[in-house]
Amino acid sequence: MKFSFSPEQDEFRSNLRRFLAERSPAKEVRRLMETDAGWERDAWRRINGELGLTAVRIPEAYGGHGFGFGEQAIVLEEMGRVLLCAPYFSSAVLAAGAILNAGTDAQKAALLPGIASGAVVATLASVEDGGDWEADATRLAATRDGESWRLDGHKSFVLDGHSADLIVVLAMAPGGLSLFTVAGAADGLERRRLNSLDPTRKLARLEFRAVQAALLGAEGAAAGPFARVMAEAAVLLANEMVGGADRLREDALAYAMMRMQFGRSIAGFQSMKHKHADMLLEVELAKSAAYFAAAALDDGDGDVMATASLAKAAASEAYTQTAVHAIQIHGGIGFTWDNDTHLWFKRAKASEAMFGDAHFHRERMMQQMMGDAVMGAGS
Amino acid sequence: MNEAAVRAEVAGWLKANWDPALGLVEWRTKLAASGWGVPHWPAQWHGRDLSDGLVPVVEEEFAKAGAIGVAKAGIRTLAAATILAHGTDMQKAKYLLRILTGEDTWCQLFSEPGSGSDVAGAVTRAEFRGNQWVVNGQKVWTTSAHKAHWGLLLARTDWDATKHRGLSYFIIDMKQPGVTVQPLRQMNGYASFNQVFLTDAIVPPEEILSSVGDGWTVTNTTLMHERRGADGLRSWASGTDGAGRAYDEERAEIATTMEPYRWYPQRAGRVDLVMPQAVASGAIDDPVVRQEIGRLLVMAKSAEWTARRARTAKEQGKPQGPEGSLGKLASSNVARMAARVHTLIAGAGALLAGPDGPADGMVAEVLLSVPATSIAGGTDEIQRNIIAERVLKMPREPSEDTKKPFRDVPRNTVS
Repeated sequence: MKFSFSPEQDEFRSNLRRFLAERSPAKEVRRLMETDAGWERDAWRRINGELGLTAVRIPEAYGGHGFGFGEQAIVLEEMGRVLLCAPYFSSAVLAAGAILNAGTDAQKAALLPGIASGAVVATLASVEDGGDWEADATRLAATRDGESWRLDGHKSFVLDGHSADLIVVLAMAPGGLSLFTVAGAADGLERRRLNSLDPTRKLARLEFRAVQAALLGAEGAAAGPFARVMAEAAVLLANEMVGGADRLREDALAYAMMRMQFGRSIAGFQSMKHKHADMLLEVELAKSAAYFAAAALDDGDGDVMATASLAKAAASEAYTQTAVHAIQIHGGIGFTWDNDTHLWFKRAKASEAMFGDAHFHRERMMQQMMGDAVMGAGS
Repeated sequence: MNEAAVRAEVAGWLKANWDPALGLVEWRTKLAASGWGVPHWPAQWHGRDLSDGLVPVVEEEFAKAGAIGVAKAGIRTLAAATILAHGTDMQKAKYLLRILTGEDTWCQLFSEPGSGSDVAGAVTRAEFRGNQWVVNGQKVWTTSAHKAHWGLLLARTDWDATKHRGLSYFIIDMKQPGVTVQPLRQMNGYASFNQVFLTDAIVPPEEILSSVGDGWTVTNTTLMHERRGADGLRSWASGTDGAGRAYDEERAEIATTMEPYRWYPQRAGRVDLVMPQAVASGAIDDPVVRQEIGRLLVMAKSAEWTARRARTAKEQGKPQGPEGSLGKLASSNVARMAARVHTLIAGAGALLAGPDGPADGMVAEVLLSVPATSIAGGTDEIQRNIIAERVLKMPREPSEDTKKPFRDVPRNTVS
């Protein structure tokens, strides 16, 4: 297991950090979060075109760069630091992950090059109104329609669902849980942007009425690939979250250092120093879990499902806790719209709930470990 | 030297020299002469000037050959590091080899009843009378003082100097009439530490480390190594498995050296016992219990990976990141949470100790030992100050005690 980044990875990170700091300052985040899509095709094409970020983890055979989760985790951590407003997670993590895990070779060859180049923005629609992250809560029905399929039902909490060109949909087919692809502009698909708590990350509700869809992979075979995609998403989101948490922590520290009260910098007060030490500890621990989980995905670790949940649980607690402290450290100014802290606070809250909160993932981790213990005892 | 060359050379040397039929001291004397016992030490002093990153390679070859290394457990490693950094050639020649062979045992005389976190507030006095230092005062929390041959002593030599400049650092002979050692009983029933009373104890002039008034600098060297090696000191030293005289003698040595640390795994919270206890008691079926266990395991695993991250970065020669300073505070948090979770799992069983208690009394021992974790070796509060000031560069507290002569500084009346 790798526990350190290679010199190449360190260099990639520092270049990316400089580049994103320049392209995605808070002012740009504020501009894009006021738009309906939450991102702009031209701005995103310029950023992505220069660094090929959407291609990072897609294999070279399908138009990508063929790097691993370790590299994609770096991309996400850096995006998380600047709250980049772009359809990256939806497209390059969720949709690409679903296609890679569930698709046939022909489907990968047809669908992935567009996502890798950034020309096609895709997403994954899996959850429904109840907000249950478990696959067995899926009600959206798929029925065969000659050579093709027809989808009826709804999806919700779909990341960039109202702006994506291509949507991968989790549905219940006669043969069981299956994945499908649907064009964003398909007939019978009604897309409504939801009012999201985090304005930098837009969500949509999708209504399917006899929407034409193509089966991705085999009918009834989606449970395994979907579980795997959700584990990947948990790990990569955890990496994005620790990036945001670290940035919040640094900003709060910089503020405390320059804020004068009672004739001295408030950073000199022990109550402040101890809080900052605890924040650093919590963020660094969550970072270790996120890095370890990304390496576990690359190494094909047997415990990877439990590790993914562990990393997401750690990041969920750390990011939100850091955000709460960051507001407190800023005092009154931290509660104002003009101060940038609330932008990260909202991302922290939204990420905490996304794909299951800390309680959800602790339980999932425990079930996994108890399962392993039972299997271990039997063998 | 590259890794392959080191591997080949150390393996070759062990093949030619390692013999479990040798006496432990005889073997280690040979080992020290070869430089493979402490390869990262200077070649002049029993080492080979090898980079830290290659030490694990050497250790791997020792493990493969089943060969015993130099004596490492206990305070002796801190003594060695401090003497290497500040000692004269005469001191190095006198002490280092006997540290490596395990012939000498050491203890650390820093803390006093009146100065715990504030080690620099020591009031044990050393006065130069005639041609020697005469020491009077009381030290506390001294592990293995009753067995030690030598002590690392911090004492005040100048009361008119400011707090940190009035201190000197000595090596003191523990086997002399002026040194009295008494065990100190703890709340968990063990007596792993001692109080040491120094009454006109004698230190010859050549046994000062560095110079008069430079004791604080030397102390910081010891403390830095203590913090860095904290895992090594706390973890259970295990012997090398095998049959032969050297193995037998090493096992006996470890049993003696590690005896005071018998409860340390419990002090760290025994996270390893949590799942077995929860399964055995059926508490695992309770979703509330599972949440709490989950919370603990997330923290414990993240802490473990953070330590590994710091270690890997060090081996690769990268500058130390913040992750390297967090281990002590992280282990306090883990231990405290583990004690809570053990209580939750035990239910009414938490009322009982010893053979009547859960896990043959181990759970009770955890509950009564964990409070030491956040105090010993630097309290959590001091750790947070260190992280805030040294890692995050936050301003120091305004100090009341460091600018005036130490004799004018308010201090505890019971000293």
